[in-house]
Amino acid sequence: MSDEPVTGSATFDRVADIIAETADIERDKITPESHAIDDLGIDSLAFLDIAFAVDKAFGIKLPLERWTQEVNEGKVPAEEYFVLKNLCARIDALVAEKAAKV
Amino acid sequence: MRLEYFEMIDAVRHLDRAGGRIEALARVPEASPVFEGHFPGHPLVPGVLLTETMAQASGYLILAHLDFARMPFLTGVDKARFRSFVGPGAELVVSASLEHDGSGYAVTRAAIRHADKALCDAELRFRTMPFPDGLDTPMRARARAIGLLDAAGAAA
Repeated sequence: MSDEPVTGSATFDRVADIIAETADIERDKITPESHAIDDLGIDSLAFLDIAFAVDKAFGIKLPLERWTQEVNEGKVPAEEYFVLKNLCARIDALVAEKAAKV
Repeated sequence: MRLEYFEMIDAVRHLDRAGGRIEALARVPEASPVFEGHFPGHPLVPGVLLTETMAQASGYLILAHLDFARMPFLTGVDKARFRSFVGPGAELVVSASLEHDGSGYAVTRAAIRHADKALCDAELRFRTMPFPDGLDTPMRARARAIGLLDAAGAAA
């Protein structure tokens, strides 16, 4: 999942814009390699605001509860969800999954 | 409304659990220590308590929508506007609609009307969490007292 060349992708650009606006972070500091928590300092409450904006923008429902549980239980490293290129790949997958159901 | 006890909602008038909408009644008491300070000789319901009233209507809506599986806690108040004054004895109509049912959070739009005029409105955000120990029972008791469970049953 992390091998996808998402730099400059439409999904990354939209997500980066959302993060910059929602969390008041300079857009230039947000890269596909950024870890939302460790690098950008986004706390859990701010991440909920970002999730709401992402859900609305992409018409999906980020499964934050499941992700958090998997990270807390050590089943999945946090990077899989919170490094932006990985987050964007998961958003793309959710969008594709939704489109396949229609 | 029992302002000092933060019991803002008196009765649920309508609940559309599937559609994500609630309407409730709240009657401002004739007297309250709150009015002694806000303001002396000129009693007005503070905006922060109107916000709490919108949050409680939203909270009951979310509780019903999630079938009491999780407890909503207020995390954000956006675009709040207080358009008029209201004082003792006013009959308020409080409405809320579920804007988004997210994973572990929810967003509502809520409003209060008084004498058929818009009093205030806001967008509210909640984190939804498993009930802390001991909170489930009193929340259900309060929901039953205001008719939420009856409305939820009728809407189911």
